[in-house]
Amino acid sequence: MASNKKYWKSEAELNPNDSIVETLKGNEFVEHIPVDDFLGDKENLADSSTTRRDFLKYVGFSTAAATMAACEGPVRKSVPYVIQPENIVPGVANYYATTIADGYDFASILVKTREGRPILIKNNDRASVLGGANARINASVLSLYDKKRVQGPMANGEAIEWNVLDATVKAKLAGLQNSGKQVALLTQTYASPSTKKLIGEFSEKFGNVTHVTYDAISEDAALSAFEASYGERALADYDFSKADLIVSFAADFLGDWNGGGYDSSYAKGRIPKNGKMSRHIHLEANMSLTGANADTRMPMKPSQIKTALAKLYGKLNGSTVGGGSSDIDGAVDALATEIRKAGRKAVVVCGLNDLDAQTVTLAINTLLQSEAFDVERPRYVRQGHSASVNTLIANMKAGRIGALLIDGVNPAYTLPNASDFLEGLGSVDLSVYFAFNNDETANAVTHVAAASHYLESWGDAELKKGHLSLQQPVIRELFDTRQFQSCLLNWMGSEVAYHDYVKENWTTSFLNGGNWNKALQDGIYKMSDSSESESVEEAVQSSEEESATEEMTVASLSSSLRSLTSVSDAGMELALYSKVGMGDGKQANNPWLQEFPDPITRVSWDNYITVSKADAEELELENYNVANGGLDGSYANITVDGTTLERVPVIIQPGQAKGTVGLSFGYGREAGMQQEMATGVNAYALYKDFNDVQSVSVSKAEGIHEFACIQLHNTLMGRGDIIKETTLNEFNTEDPHVWNPVPEVSLDHQEVPATTVDLWESFDRSIGHHFNMSIDLNACTGCGACVIACHAENNVPVVGKNEIRLSRDMHWLRIDRYYSSEDTFGADVEEKDAAEEGYKNTMLDLENPATNPQVAFQPVMCQHCNHAPCETVCPVAATAHSRQGHNHMAYNRCVGTRYCANNCPYKVRRFNWFLYNNNDEFDYYMNNDLGKMVLNPDVNVRSRGVMEKCSWCIQMTQKTILDAKKEGREVKDGEFQTACSSACSSGAIVFGDVNDKESKVAKLKKDDRMYHLLEHVGTQPNVFYHVKVRNTNEA
Amino acid sequence: MMKKVFDRVQIAKVFGLSLLLIFQLFSISTYAQDEAAPEGAAEEAAADLGGDPVKGKQLFNQNCAACHALNRKMTGPALANVETRLAEEEGLDKEWLYSWIKNSAGMIAAGDAYANSIYNEYNQAAMTAFPTLSNADIDDILAYTAAPPPAPVATAATAVGDDASGSGSGGISNEMILGALAVIFALLVVMLVLVNRTLRRIAEANGVELATALGEQRVPIWKAFAQNQFLVFCTVVVFLLASAYGAYAWMSQVGIDQGYAPIQPIHYSHKIHAGDNKIECQYCHSSARVSKHSGIPSLNVCMNCHKSIYEYQGNPEGPSAEDLANGYTNEFYTNEIKKLYKAVGWDEENQRYTGESQPVEWVRIHNLPDFAYFNHAQHVTAGKIECQTCHGPVEEMEIMYQYSPLTMGWCINCHRETEVQVADNGYYKKIHEELSKKYGVEKLTAAQMGGLECGKCHY
Repeated sequence: MASNKKYWKSEAELNPNDSIVETLKGNEFVEHIPVDDFLGDKENLADSSTTRRDFLKYVGFSTAAATMAACEGPVRKSVPYVIQPENIVPGVANYYATTIADGYDFASILVKTREGRPILIKNNDRASVLGGANARINASVLSLYDKKRVQGPMANGEAIEWNVLDATVKAKLAGLQNSGKQVALLTQTYASPSTKKLIGEFSEKFGNVTHVTYDAISEDAALSAFEASYGERALADYDFSKADLIVSFAADFLGDWNGGGYDSSYAKGRIPKNGKMSRHIHLEANMSLTGANADTRMPMKPSQIKTALAKLYGKLNGSTVGGGSSDIDGAVDALATEIRKAGRKAVVVCGLNDLDAQTVTLAINTLLQSEAFDVERPRYVRQGHSASVNTLIANMKAGRIGALLIDGVNPAYTLPNASDFLEGLGSVDLSVYFAFNNDETANAVTHVAAASHYLESWGDAELKKGHLSLQQPVIRELFDTRQFQSCLLNWMGSEVAYHDYVKENWTTSFLNGGNWNKALQDGIYKMSDSSESESVEEAVQSSEEESATEEMTVASLSSSLRSLTSVSDAGMELALYSKVGMGDGKQANNPWLQEFPDPITRVSWDNYITVSKADAEELELENYNVANGGLDGSYANITVDGTTLERVPVIIQPGQAKGTVGLSFGYGREAGMQQEMATGVNAYALYKDFNDVQSVSVSKAEGIHEFACIQLHNTLMGRGDIIKETTLNEFNTEDPHVWNPVPEVSLDHQEVPATTVDLWESFDRSIGHHFNMSIDLNACTGCGACVIACHAENNVPVVGKNEIRLSRDMHWLRIDRYYSSEDTFGADVEEKDAAEEGYKNTMLDLENPATNPQVAFQPVMCQHCNHAPCETVCPVAATAHSRQGHNHMAYNRCVGTRYCANNCPYKVRRFNWFLYNNNDEFDYYMNNDLGKMVLNPDVNVRSRGVMEKCSWCIQMTQKTILDAKKEGREVKDGEFQTACSSACSSGAIVFGDVNDKESKVAKLKKDDRMYHLLEHVGTQPNVFYHVKVRNTNEA
Repeated sequence: MMKKVFDRVQIAKVFGLSLLLIFQLFSISTYAQDEAAPEGAAEEAAADLGGDPVKGKQLFNQNCAACHALNRKMTGPALANVETRLAEEEGLDKEWLYSWIKNSAGMIAAGDAYANSIYNEYNQAAMTAFPTLSNADIDDILAYTAAPPPAPVATAATAVGDDASGSGSGGISNEMILGALAVIFALLVVMLVLVNRTLRRIAEANGVELATALGEQRVPIWKAFAQNQFLVFCTVVVFLLASAYGAYAWMSQVGIDQGYAPIQPIHYSHKIHAGDNKIECQYCHSSARVSKHSGIPSLNVCMNCHKSIYEYQGNPEGPSAEDLANGYTNEFYTNEIKKLYKAVGWDEENQRYTGESQPVEWVRIHNLPDFAYFNHAQHVTAGKIECQTCHGPVEEMEIMYQYSPLTMGWCINCHRETEVQVADNGYYKKIHEELSKKYGVEKLTAAQMGGLECGKCHY
């Protein structure tokens, strides 16, 4: 039975002798009030020249002064527009569709603006491709207000005017035309047809132009493999909703693999419908978000994964692929059997940046004729060409480059051979960098052109063939900045504005008589049928060509297979990866992302190497919790091919394949960063030859690292029945009460279902709206977009690394990550009850639960209990219930007793230990005028000493109701949303009115999988969860 | 600068106002006679032009005044003596004017030289065609424009002069009344003393003895009081309670700015706009319908009217004595309009925007604390509540002030009493049916709809 599993959040919990864990379970607030901070220093106190009398005088005076000052309010000024823009009404939000295409994150999004300020990013639900914003995209609105932005063009560190820069560049470009030296453009992936055309025209005009596209985290192998087979440099696309079986070879497709954004199609197949759901098998080294969601996860070294992939192809093809160790044959056999069974409904994806592996993956999917595999309409979101980057650097060094224009990339930071690049830069006469921050590259170039944020720019993107989207500015440039394309036009001597250029290009090339304004409003445009049929024809043609070249491919394929299996086991392997919160590190100066806890390790403000428990023991690396709940860990020195990163913090990661370590990109930036945000180590230094798997040696270093890890914070105190899960087999065959039992309590010495017992008198909520929220543990991938959306919508403060370490994180919504082991220990609970010692021994006896645990994610916010324990203990009635189901929190009434948080069984209340705004101690976005522009004016910014918690975005439900009242109509289903539910692209979080019997949430509430968190406590929460069903292969 | 509450000033004003009103009654009749003179002159002048200037004035105000003034350039040229001017300067006759007024665009298209030049001179703003005006009508209008202008400046000046002396005499007479009262009072006192003395004499004469030394044996009251401990105790308790109550009352008004009437950078009179001219509140505060903010109108909204209303002419009978006492003369208001022009960057001479604007920093009057959420649209559109319910008689406010206390108790009380406007609103249909059944009432208050819950206003 599912609920008898032992769940754990941290490695430490598996250690029966860890007293810290027990203490933490017993304490709501880890720390006592830090009296010692200001009274503990006895010596200083004794030295003070202030006598007791003086002190009392000061207190008396300041109290009196404050009282007098409070008697008269300040005079406030209101300055209305002189000429009010037609579509801005103060107090009413406007939404604009636009596109983010920053070279790493691509998505069609909606931007909410208030009084002309962008304040929130939402998913563009009209987009069928990449319409969901991940955590980073959600946070990108704050990057717009980054106080460290470059605010105007510069030459050699001195501010200059744009016209000076223009003149310099124009003169140089003209001078270079017949000099034999090249003009080089080093840019991000744009996926933009207009930019492509523009760069084409630019090259044509100047003749000697080379354009190099560079992705900081390369998908070069996948692009090249696709190019070799299909003649176009693009990425094969996959539709996971069409797959019954997904086999992933280290492809973190819920993360950033292939440009990301597969959550929604994946989640569609993961919700059991008519007894069926997709099955997901995952082979990987690091515990990734995708691996955590898999039904079966096999931790393997990257070299083994390659072998497995080759062998799988052999099995499916009927040929034998020899070589490699034989211990994975069994696993491959099982895989092949399952894939054969699924037939066209199976899909294989591969995340190894290895040309052979990618070629074989394409071959397998072609062989399977997988329905989820789409090569006719590939994705264009990665275009980087690693070899040409190296060629460019060689040319730079050889002095063959006269002018270098860089946009959207930060090569001095992201290149593994950054020193070569910097050396080459010295031989380039004119280097212009479109910089957002004063980063590493900006410090090395001759000229810095201040770049606009994507929310200030025009543009377009073809994310997938035939699926176009438009980018429009939602705010005028905050500073004296320009976008790259406008400058190119200017430097070409064109008078055309880039907006007109894009519009012209669209009207002539894509719109086909379609309406530009409509496309701009939608943000997306799907090519009409006529153009579609063209592309189909092209595809047919290309498939004909394909058969012609098939002979060739077979030859190259067998060589690929051979090289895959001939990979030798090279000792410890380092698998570099991108973190959900940080990506390639472009937004490293964004405090929301720094404070965003990694979904797997739950560590914020850091990167670190992840090692398996076995390796950690061997290397004497350790993690342990200290008395205040903070996690401490060893440091390690890691060396790849002569390059050593010293003192890298170590996290022992359950599920990490033995013999591997993981390290994430995007950290360790220093130039142009705020001091607080300069965290972690730079993994790009180890990214040799753009290969994310490296042979590495790890050794323990001196010292202990203090992590800001919220792993053990806010635990539900071992109350059980938090996560309920079952297998698909059990789900299909057994009664719901077997896999989703209602807990029983004793009433008059009779065991009765907990739901029937009520300590309180019930309030009639059948009239009006009654909000409920459904969270499907099957659909939730743990991506964390909701956490950032909540941050943005509700003005949740950033508290910084030290405060996080002290368990003072302010996230209203946390995504708990639970580990459990493959085996079920039915007897555990009984034993635990019988004797604590016995229980501990059982845990010790288990082989090692940390080797390959199962993972479950559970978003937990205020449960808005109908019988809320917090409400009954508040001495000032600051928290009260509404008939609509909200648990209200009146901040101005709260006196900060924290009784409510102590009495909350779900640990969702957050206390403002400090004033987090206008306070230099917390120098994040709420401490400067620029950053404050992101605040939502409809939500209070809380002050010190008050309790806060999830409000279920009451400002949003109230607005929906008001809109309906104004229009004199009923509220339609789907109109009620919260920040998290609208940010959830996988559809895991559904919010609505259960009194509307036809609503989605009302139907979900009747589902057999529905359960409440800690049902036996009798709080009757208005948030309910759906039992997680795993499609394990036990049947 | 700190807020000040103007209660005392208010009372003084009301008192002064009533006095001034009395004097107003005397002065009006004199003005009436003054005004009659120019009217008569106009009629005389019109006689030779073959039009009726009185009818013409009416037509002018209906059709032309939006863009033309007599003595001043506006969207179109000044029209005083336009007929004579055209005839003398351009050699154009009345026929030209007829066709121009009836179809100016046609004339421009036809290439008429003067038509084009005037069109270009006025920023190519096409003049509305008036095909409905007959030649006779146009004659009337021209008669009105030809009538010698009634020298408005001079009249205004004399009016002001009169007023000044009027208000001056008002002040004197005020003192005179008081003086008279004082004299009368003094006389009364003297008479009383005299009568008293006479009575005493009579009494003495009649041998009546007056009791004078009765109180000598008595204990003084304060001593008796001090000796009675119970009384002392009670008094102390009452005193303490009273002072506690007083302190509480005083502290409760801290931060409540009822009556707050700050001086604004531009003297904007709601009384003139909403009262005298009956402009709808939401014409200017349009966002109150849709937004949480009622919105301070942007200056371009002001310019909708003030493009053509460039001076204040006030009541036909001239500024009231009360206004004059406060210095609210026509010039004063006209000056405020100039301030608006300066702020919005309107070049009055050339009738165009200069682009140099100076946003107005109004002093905010109604100021809810940040932790209270208030939405105008909810109250105005959904609740159909009059603006005056909370903002008071704005149409009578020369200086805008905070009418309501804006305290939570005040909000709550209204929510308890106010009925929800359920009629013809599809949103309330179902909930109204169910709730009225539950509570057994036909009308629901905002409180019964959940309007007292904390989270409805605090989030």
